[in-house]
Amino acid sequence: MAQTRTEKIVIDGLKARQTKERNFKFFGIFAVALAIAFLAILLISICSKGLPGFFQYYATFEVELTRERIDPRGDMSDQSLFEGEAKKIINEAVLEFTGAKKRNEKKAARSLLSNGSDLRLVNFVQKNTDKVNSRQKIKFALDDDADSFFRGYIKKQTPEKQRRLNDIEINYLEKMNEAGIITYEISDYLFFGSASRNAEMAGIKGAFIGSMLTLAVCFLIAFPLGVATAVYLEEFAPKNKFTELIEININNLAAVPSVVFGILGLAIFINLFGMPRSIPLIGGLVLALMTLPTIIISSRAAIKAVPPSIRDGALAIGASKMQATMHHVVPLAIPGMLTGTIIGMAQALGETAPLLMIGMVAFIVDIPGSITDPGTVLPVQIFMWADFAERMFVHKTSAAIIILLLFLMIMNGGAVWLRRKLERRW
Amino acid sequence: MRISHVMTTLAISFSIAGIAEAREQLSLAGSSTVLPFATIIAEEMGKNPSFKTPVVESGGSSVGKKGVCDGIGTEYIDIGNASSRMKTSELEYCDKNGVDLTEIKVGYDGIAVANSIDGQTLTISKADLGKALTAEIPQEDGSWIPNPFKKWSEINPSYPDIEIRVYGPPTTSGTRASFVEMVNEKAYCKKDTVAKKALKAINAKADKCIAMRTDGAYIEAGEQDNLIVQKLQEDTSAYGIFGFSYLDQNTDTLKSAVIDGGEATFEAIASGDYAISRALYFYVKHAHVGVVPGIAEYMEEWTKHWGEDGLLSDAGMVPMPDDEQAKYTKAIKELPKLTADML
Repeated sequence: MAQTRTEKIVIDGLKARQTKERNFKFFGIFAVALAIAFLAILLISICSKGLPGFFQYYATFEVELTRERIDPRGDMSDQSLFEGEAKKIINEAVLEFTGAKKRNEKKAARSLLSNGSDLRLVNFVQKNTDKVNSRQKIKFALDDDADSFFRGYIKKQTPEKQRRLNDIEINYLEKMNEAGIITYEISDYLFFGSASRNAEMAGIKGAFIGSMLTLAVCFLIAFPLGVATAVYLEEFAPKNKFTELIEININNLAAVPSVVFGILGLAIFINLFGMPRSIPLIGGLVLALMTLPTIIISSRAAIKAVPPSIRDGALAIGASKMQATMHHVVPLAIPGMLTGTIIGMAQALGETAPLLMIGMVAFIVDIPGSITDPGTVLPVQIFMWADFAERMFVHKTSAAIIILLLFLMIMNGGAVWLRRKLERRW
Repeated sequence: MRISHVMTTLAISFSIAGIAEAREQLSLAGSSTVLPFATIIAEEMGKNPSFKTPVVESGGSSVGKKGVCDGIGTEYIDIGNASSRMKTSELEYCDKNGVDLTEIKVGYDGIAVANSIDGQTLTISKADLGKALTAEIPQEDGSWIPNPFKKWSEINPSYPDIEIRVYGPPTTSGTRASFVEMVNEKAYCKKDTVAKKALKAINAKADKCIAMRTDGAYIEAGEQDNLIVQKLQEDTSAYGIFGFSYLDQNTDTLKSAVIDGGEATFEAIASGDYAISRALYFYVKHAHVGVVPGIAEYMEEWTKHWGEDGLLSDAGMVPMPDDEQAKYTKAIKELPKLTADML
């Protein structure tokens, strides 16, 4: 059978078209593979650096907890314990163990335990008041240099001048190791410690609570405002030039660089209202401004997705516009609104730029007790740790990144779960 | 319903007014070079339960010097940190806002030039280091050409026969500003006879030399010194410019260049044998002393730790000589007002 002209064109072009399709598929797969490869590299590098950050070295010493020395005022108050001789008691235990006699030996012995060991002893005493006036074994964190020695970053073979621990210090550390008092355990400082310049004592608790307070303020302001705006614009507002202008501006706001909101926050909340710097209240307000457009846009999309027949049905049986919206449209749109909100919140959780202007990019040791206490947030903590010179901060930084990533995953996972659970199909 | 709304609004506005008045902790901001040391002091002070730990913000020296002079009141910072001294123009801004200050020097920070321990040690004069890095080189005939040197050995055959590649901080950094001033400008352009003649010919000042090369020989590696340290560990033929404390923490992988016969070591910086270093300052606002609790105690905390065996020298800050320590301990007690003729 002879080919018609059309068949000929189709058959001739077939190969080229198939090649095109194959190439297109190949590019698609290549793009996905590249993205996965980058993600894998990121995760591997963070985990390989970060997992050791969850652990650190401790040394257990037996200390004599004499009441008069620890608690000179005798009332067990913070001030009294601070004035006590916690540090001296620990140093005596270390000196006794190492047998240091000369001045430089004593100096070496004293430098091996964390600078915050006295706080640890005071905490122990506060928690175990019944154990005062006895000998107790207490686990103290090693100083970050000593920690680096056990991790193998400081080697005995390197000439003494080129390493941060001298021969005496290394001898003492080896002696401790032989005596079996050195342990490698999950770092309690990482989870329960606050910001510190001593790498071994640094933890995320302060920043974590700061993040939670900030996000709480952000949610309480942005969610109701955003949803109300979306409902009004979608259901009640007249469609005219003015609402169109508002609509365009909301879309534009979503694209404004986040640092601009920080400048706005500085100008309004701090300079105009005279609120103090560095507090989660202002952080939350600024982040709320930033997430509002995201929430409004996603809420409007969710409301638009509710079929008009639902409204018509409600109106037909005599419901008012308000009732139709509140009883029927909004409940059906809630899953979409929540998804948008959670994604907006997750974005806010990772922001540092808008917080720079309002003083939340700061070194803050005290854990914030309320939204008006100075506080910082997790990404800021990561940013600051990444810049400190001490070697141990590298691990702590990556460990904190892992924790932040876990949080983002949980939040995004929550968004997916909510959508699945509440979603309705028509 | 209405009334309760009004009440809540009132309650909220009152509580906002309430927080505007009180601040229980010190607020500091400024140089990222001073920050690692200021935070040590803040943390030590915070161990005392009578005081809240001061809040230390970063931002750079200019933020510290300008921020402290923005005004009087608890919405402004109490103390500004700086790694470069206040200029008369900056002090004028303070006077305009009615802010009286005292200047306290706390110690020194060296700027290290270093490379990987596996690479070739760079033994160089400060003038030649400036010559290798400045953007334009003057010629005998008084003209200026883009820096022609590709390898260190082209400047002097005794230098390493490898390409000039130096990682360093960007223009926003105080470390960079101090480096170009001390090396490019003072050691090279103001001393070199050809450069002096060429500068005169075009009637320019020596700060023409502070521009760094942009042809790939000088690579801006970002504000974070840790990034430069990591780059040097990977790239053994490159050199880096960064704060001394980062070299101090990484002596197992990095080594200092020998500049004018001196290596960047703690002792050499303290004695002045290693000449690329700058002073660190903080500026305290008089009007806040006694109003915000803990300012006097914070300053006193510095004097406890800025000595030879103190916590700060462990972290890489180079202490002041004894007479300077005594001078600034006195200044902390007496708070002399900073005036233009002191600068």
